[in-house]
Amino acid sequence: MKNLNPRYLYLIAALCGNAMLACGEDSTRVAPAFVNEARAALSGGLVLPEGFQAAVFADGLGAARHLAVNNNGDVYVKLASRKNGQTIIRLRDAKHEGRASDISGFANYKGTGIAIKNGYLYASSDEDIYRYKLDAQNNVISDKPEIVVKGLLSRGEHEAKAIALDDDGNLYVNIGAYSNACQVVDRKKGSPGMNPCPILDSAGGIWQFKTAKLNQTYGDGVRYATGLRNVVGIRWNTATHSLFVMQHGRDQLHDLFPDLYDSKQSAELPAECMYELHKGSNCGWPYIYYDQFRHAKILAPEFGGDGKKTAGGDAQDPVVAFPGHMAPNDLLFYSGSQFPAKYRNGAFIAFHGSWNRAPEPQKGYLVAFVPFKDGKPSGEWEVFADNFSGSPEQTASGRADHRPCGLAEGPDGSIYVCDDNKGTVWKITYSGK
Amino acid sequence: MRLYISKAALLAMPGLVGFALTGSYRQGGLTDSIERGKKVYAEQCLSCHQVDGGGVPHMIPPLIKTKWVLGDKATLVNTVLLGLNGEIEIDGNTFHNVMAPHSELSDLQIADVLTFVRNSFGNKAKAVTAAEVKKIRANLKH
Repeated sequence: MKNLNPRYLYLIAALCGNAMLACGEDSTRVAPAFVNEARAALSGGLVLPEGFQAAVFADGLGAARHLAVNNNGDVYVKLASRKNGQTIIRLRDAKHEGRASDISGFANYKGTGIAIKNGYLYASSDEDIYRYKLDAQNNVISDKPEIVVKGLLSRGEHEAKAIALDDDGNLYVNIGAYSNACQVVDRKKGSPGMNPCPILDSAGGIWQFKTAKLNQTYGDGVRYATGLRNVVGIRWNTATHSLFVMQHGRDQLHDLFPDLYDSKQSAELPAECMYELHKGSNCGWPYIYYDQFRHAKILAPEFGGDGKKTAGGDAQDPVVAFPGHMAPNDLLFYSGSQFPAKYRNGAFIAFHGSWNRAPEPQKGYLVAFVPFKDGKPSGEWEVFADNFSGSPEQTASGRADHRPCGLAEGPDGSIYVCDDNKGTVWKITYSGK
Repeated sequence: MRLYISKAALLAMPGLVGFALTGSYRQGGLTDSIERGKKVYAEQCLSCHQVDGGGVPHMIPPLIKTKWVLGDKATLVNTVLLGLNGEIEIDGNTFHNVMAPHSELSDLQIADVLTFVRNSFGNKAKAVTAAEVKKIRANLKH
């Protein structure tokens, strides 16, 4: 017994747990947490729906922000910190064992965005977008990249340049607003909103550039969509042929307007919104926010709002409204066939986890799923992968072990999730068992 | 805003009473200052720096045993008065969120909240007095 591998204990625990579930009411009261713990132990710490498994593909990478998978299964991870001096890490499952055994890296600029298309790997710093040509063996030909776009605004707030590529040679990049609500003094109680908000000229939106043209600057780009405070989850939906984004909603309604919002309302509001964008889209920041309880666009208090007045007739409505402050950091539309039919074309969203709900319990640290049919959500959102934080207590305190940040789909229909706290990458598969 | 000032005056009162009774500037004692500072923290600091003072990774710096919190009082007081804009580094971790200036807080409120922070979350450091804050604030104006 002394030499029994602890893994077997978890297995026994899992089996007992399942048995207990079938044992009637008394035992089910104890079983769920117990079963979840045992299942998590078998699934790289994650809790997933029945039939799904997760395995740790790599870990200890540091601030693993976004990731992209090449046709051959190589996973490229973009870091916002340096790992052995490098910020793009290639993970290759050379032995076909569901875990990266061949790990190499290049680049030294910190950043978030990464994407692969037509033989090129694209990656971003907080100011520039680069690309690397891949050869026939799927290796980066040179670690000296071409500069696709340079000199984008980065002022220390919402600086991550998340990117997406469409099928027509266009590149979309988030240029986040360097502000919470476009006040004269950012986040200062009593400081009024600037109207019109001058930030929107050069940030607070999505800009469109060409993938094949080098050394582009602002002047070469098009402001594709505006009124978006900050977007980290951005993805071209190949089923709808349109761009989808997840906005990080504004912070601090109670701190800045304690007479209008209590700390509970401030924890819930505003919604974290998914938008479908078209050229010229306006999502209303900073003038309005979306209230998911009233199902309405509410005039921001910096611009004369009282928490009830609606506004923003020219701003579009969200496709999905999630609870406040959960920080959606990536978005993926599932196009594979490995997962059950329900998941096809649906959206996975990585919620990095909140901080701006304090003193209320924090929320998030999970991957959510929204089913889609004919390009529109066909059901309520649900939790897909949970327990990144390590425990419900760690979720509530915000002291999470892992914070899901990036999502990518592999050629076999598995999905990969990375975390920017410890730099773990999980591969999630479905076996139906 | 009017409501806010009256709140500030209320918070300041026990300190003034303490001053009158002891005849020396003790802000009514360390315990009282920490107690008042805790309230200021809850209203002004907690939503970003969190209940445990641990901040938020990459965004908001922790207030636990850092040189900012335990070190030079003038730097600390100036951070509250002027806010912070731009990336800072603590023990190899960087933080980049904007902190708004809090110059509207009274000398006593700033003294109390910093005394609270310097004696909470595992920290142990000397109190900050309202007189010290007053002097540091005055130096800023030159």
